[in-house]
Amino acid sequence: MKKQLTFMAVLMSTSLATPVIGADGLSFTQWLMTFSRTKEVKPVNNQLYADECGSCHYAYPPGLLPNQSWEKLLSAQALEDHFGENAELEPEDLKTIQTYVYKNSAEKSFYKRSRKVVKSIGDSEAPIRITEIKYIKRKHHELTDAMVKGNKDVNSLSNCNACHTQADKAVFDDDTVKIPHFKTWED
Amino acid sequence: MTLRTLMIVAFVFLAPQWANATEAARALQKEYTAQGAKDFSAETGKLKWSTQVQNSDSSKRSCSGCHGNDLAQKGKHLKTKRPIQPMAVSVNTKRLTDTKKIEKWFTRNCKWTWGRECTAQEKGDFLEYLLAQ
Repeated sequence: MKKQLTFMAVLMSTSLATPVIGADGLSFTQWLMTFSRTKEVKPVNNQLYADECGSCHYAYPPGLLPNQSWEKLLSAQALEDHFGENAELEPEDLKTIQTYVYKNSAEKSFYKRSRKVVKSIGDSEAPIRITEIKYIKRKHHELTDAMVKGNKDVNSLSNCNACHTQADKAVFDDDTVKIPHFKTWED
Repeated sequence: MTLRTLMIVAFVFLAPQWANATEAARALQKEYTAQGAKDFSAETGKLKWSTQVQNSDSSKRSCSGCHGNDLAQKGKHLKTKRPIQPMAVSVNTKRLTDTKKIEKWFTRNCKWTWGRECTAQEKGDFLEYLLAQ
């Protein structure tokens, strides 16, 4: 009992001492103690980001790309030609979104899939397409063109939420996948 | 009696939404007027809506290229193929209700389509045209 108390005391003191990580204030110790919450990717928790990015496409959780990629994507100039569309934002909105995204980019996250994304990217690489990340590619390599490009309800691998039914909660587990017009997906 | 009740219900529920779009559009038109624009015309707006402008990549772009000419229908982005919800206020009550959003999309789409920002006069004409749909 005494040992347990000491252990808790040590844990608590480290949690106070460790720097707070991420916008939601998840410290290293808290992360250690909450296994279930760190399996996937941190869900989007910024309303402006969800609204602005989500009005045109699935609002990708920032933890799916490293900081160097987001910096490329979210410069004012880059947004004027955002994959073929003009997606420029008012300066103050852009600032808010940049701050949120940079704070939650993959390399700052303890979530499992963010770790895997970072591990599969070289330090000098800055991919701007999530679909070009080796880890993401590997996870989808069994898919056929008929399931994705030729599937009128999917069209592109970039439409995560076309098949990942819980993508809005940042859950991408196999069990939650349903490819439109195809039978239950099994890895 | 039933018809009358229905009409009252319809008025109560639908009128504020129409009023919203009109209010937001009129508020912006007032700003445009202060910038020197005047006599907004749905006719001019309609004409400009389908004006084809040559793009640097040899393709032609216009508002209708992505939004279509029947604004009660869905559109499709010329380049990304992304579906675009109808622009007509009569079928899409969310349209033209937020002045900040309207300005944001004017800036983005004028630049993308025409390669420049639209003038206050052009924006006012577009709003006049869109309100009539």
